[in-house]
Amino acid sequence: MSVYEEFKVLSADGSAGDHDPGLSDEGLLHCYRTMLMVRAFDDTAMKLQRSGRIGFSIPNRGIEATQVGAASALKTSDWIFPSYRDFGMPIYHGVEVVEMMHNMFGNALDSAKGRQMPVHFSFEDPIRFVSISSPIGTHIPQGVGAAHAMKLRGEDSVALISFGDGGTSSLGFHSGLNFAGVWKSPAVFLCQNNGYAISMPTEKQTASDGFAVKGEAYGVPGVVVDGNDLLAVREVTREAVERARAGEGPTLIEALTFRMGGHSTSDDPTRYVPEALVAEWEKKDPVPRFEAYLASRGLWKEGDREALYEECMAEVKEAADVAQATEAPSLETIFSDVYEEVPDHIRAQGEAAFDLLRRKGDAAAGDGEFPL
Amino acid sequence: MANLTLLQAVNDGLKNAMRDDPSVLVFGEDVGPKGGVFLATEGLTAEFGEERCFDTPLSEDGIIGAAIGMAMNGLRPVAEIQFQDFIFPAFDQIVSEAAKLRYRSGGQYTAPMVIRTPYGGGIRGGLYHSQSGEAYFCHTPGLKVVIPSTPHDAKGLLIASIQDPDPVLFLEPKALYRSVKGEVPEGSYSVELSTMRTAREGDDVTVFCYGAMVPVCEQAAESAAASGISVEVIDLRTLYPLDEEGVLAAARKTGRVVNVHEAPRFCGYGAELSAIIAEHAIEHMEAPIMRVTGFDTPFPNTLEHNYLPDHRRVLDAIERVHAF
Repeated sequence: MSVYEEFKVLSADGSAGDHDPGLSDEGLLHCYRTMLMVRAFDDTAMKLQRSGRIGFSIPNRGIEATQVGAASALKTSDWIFPSYRDFGMPIYHGVEVVEMMHNMFGNALDSAKGRQMPVHFSFEDPIRFVSISSPIGTHIPQGVGAAHAMKLRGEDSVALISFGDGGTSSLGFHSGLNFAGVWKSPAVFLCQNNGYAISMPTEKQTASDGFAVKGEAYGVPGVVVDGNDLLAVREVTREAVERARAGEGPTLIEALTFRMGGHSTSDDPTRYVPEALVAEWEKKDPVPRFEAYLASRGLWKEGDREALYEECMAEVKEAADVAQATEAPSLETIFSDVYEEVPDHIRAQGEAAFDLLRRKGDAAAGDGEFPL
Repeated sequence: MANLTLLQAVNDGLKNAMRDDPSVLVFGEDVGPKGGVFLATEGLTAEFGEERCFDTPLSEDGIIGAAIGMAMNGLRPVAEIQFQDFIFPAFDQIVSEAAKLRYRSGGQYTAPMVIRTPYGGGIRGGLYHSQSGEAYFCHTPGLKVVIPSTPHDAKGLLIASIQDPDPVLFLEPKALYRSVKGEVPEGSYSVELSTMRTAREGDDVTVFCYGAMVPVCEQAAESAAASGISVEVIDLRTLYPLDEEGVLAAARKTGRVVNVHEAPRFCGYGAELSAIIAEHAIEHMEAPIMRVTGFDTPFPNTLEHNYLPDHRRVLDAIERVHAF
């Protein structure tokens, strides 16, 4: 049990007392639809991977309320420094699922031009969702640097920096929180404690009493929130964002949630996650919990989920078809964007590759499978 | 024109870049009121205030990580790593992040930033204040690696690096900080990156070098001239991306090449120079391409003068390729 009390808004039956979510009915339904869209995207990505149409994906099932609740507290002038399991954040802010699918297929319309693995999204519009890299925690001090730039210019923006429980052991977590504490950066650290870092349970990740407490050593206040309670995550993130905008410095949020699938499409979680634990968290599924709340406000009825999910599925499937039908990036994209201008030696290597293509035909694609 | 040391030229370059562009910031360990352990940033906090030149916590990873975030959000950070030997906690930020950000985001996000750091031996700094790590970084597409050897170039290359749209590792030869002086123009000017400088013209042997090895090679060339060998000394200035055509032209001119650096030999920068010349100009070579380098050992303290290539070792190699 954490020394911090877990903040909750929604009870199991969906009642929220007199809590004001600060969202219109339409806004609440947008949150709900985003969670279902993530679920449809997840389910589709899993099928695409199983049928060999894409190489890899990252399941988000179980943690949608954390992603959407946190994203809902941001303005589009804010920046997101995401983890690789944050699909709900760009979707909430209006990134089209087809843009994400272009990345999943690594095609010519992918913003990363096919240079990255699937799920390594990069968007700048309608919100800055900064290019994801695979090394863990490197983006944490970067988010602090971006936040420092906002502060120096006197902007009314914040950086939301998202990472998992495993990320708290990285070099970047410590340097990032330390710098943000010293600089009083307009940064919000979101630790999504979803129980496991690939196969590592949290008790093997840290001997400390949870993760929120780690902020104290850096002068960064911590807060623990029920990560499956969308309104609670939204509320603590709003408070942290307000603090940051007011120049009062950073906050470390620990959202308690659970990854209901594997680490990735290549991972078999039954090898290390006890069945009873999965069953326990299945009961805390954030989607029906939010539905109960919507129903209490007359915004939801039986059958709505199926209808809306079907609508999301149709959109995601169409996006997948469009992305799959889009051509692969051209050979030129290997050699561009290394620098603003292509240096002579890289240009020469590119010309040699094109020359070989003309003389000997194209290289054969490998059949490698990603193991992690 | 002012007659400045290389260190003063770095300081002057920083001041000019900060005067020209309000988005230029300087930060690192002890760079603020103290002015840096070598005094390269002396007077910056006084002139530009603590918002533009400030001390950071003791974390190279944090310094470079934060610099990347500032750079992607519109600032022009100039981060100092106190000694190049201490850069390795930030290796991930430099190699995995700064160098790859433009590529992996399809140009949506970039990191125009400079990492300044003193490198190399000559100050009795032992294992951890003397290393020359340029080869690690020259192996990283997306980075630029620059090393000046004169006060004029130190200022001009630094200003060009700060204005560059891509991340630049700016390695300063600490052995030359106070030991070389030269004429430095007032105000801002830049020396174009990826261009080399002919430090001395000659017809018989070409010596490629950079940083603190340039005066060593010039001294060796002077000694060689006394015995009738005419040596051309090329100061590469930008190691990556390299002016390969310039290197090949200088190699073809004499057909006899010596590559000199103080870093260890194996997989060192001289190996790349040798390979480029062998691949494209082997038919012009009259002798084996030789290397004079630090030894393949860690950097010693008491005997550093034996470890570092000196004019004797360079002269010996010049005489060998000349006699071949």
